[in-house]
Amino acid sequence: MVVGLHEKGLFNWTEWAESLSRQLHQPGTAVDGSDYYECWVRALEDLLRERAVAADADIGELQKSWQRAAEATPHGSPIVLDNDPQRSGC
Amino acid sequence: MTARVRALETILSEKGLIDPAAIDEIVDTYQNKIGPQNGAKVVARAWSDERFDAWLRKDATAAIASLGYTGRQGEHMRAVHNTPDTHNLVVCTLCSCYPWSVLGLPPVWYKSPPYRSRAVSDPRGVLSEFGVALDPHVNIRVWDSTAELRYLVVPMRPEGTDGLSEEALAGLVSRDAMIGTGLAGRAP
Repeated sequence: MVVGLHEKGLFNWTEWAESLSRQLHQPGTAVDGSDYYECWVRALEDLLRERAVAADADIGELQKSWQRAAEATPHGSPIVLDNDPQRSGC
Repeated sequence: MTARVRALETILSEKGLIDPAAIDEIVDTYQNKIGPQNGAKVVARAWSDERFDAWLRKDATAAIASLGYTGRQGEHMRAVHNTPDTHNLVVCTLCSCYPWSVLGLPPVWYKSPPYRSRAVSDPRGVLSEFGVALDPHVNIRVWDSTAELRYLVVPMRPEGTDGLSEEALAGLVSRDAMIGTGLAGRAP
């Protein structure tokens, strides 16, 4: 996703490196690097917030929707967002 | 975290900022098509062809691109050659900038805080943990990668490899040798 967004011109690699580095240098970051992926996701969210692409509240709502969809999906079937019982529209 | 990432993907797709098919293509490229075998071909060519080696030293970005390996990030490449007196080691102290186009995705340890800090503060100790014991007289140069500039270590060509083809030579060049945490393999 990050590579794709960079190709779309949403940010340049210097901006990305700064955002990722800010997350990696937060106090409490795992010494063994095991939370690198989480830092990566937070760095992306920071850039999306700064560029007014996605707000925290919207991401949080959709995250809950995906979680409900996962719980409502029978084991072995692909999880799709429409499986969320509370999702309206579409 | 999976639901969070799915949520981001959904928002970005709905806004037309990403195309799921394009994302699949990017993942496939980096998982299956690009890897250290690309960098090994660059090193083997440099060992076999003096003119290519001179080009690589002068303009690594162009020399590497001539073999078909171009960074989709548009980053510049610099080749750093090991010599009997100097060993080169690559790190990214800021995050995990890495020469993707020639080495693929970085190993987990490259992204870990201990490597990122100790490669600078105690490079000889780090190298010994990787099983690389250098003579005390060999200087170690540590190169800190940035978003704009990535480094490829060109290890020294092993002795006894004069008659080997480029393909056989490439087989002696490991990922770690091109990061500087290893040396080229021995002649078969």
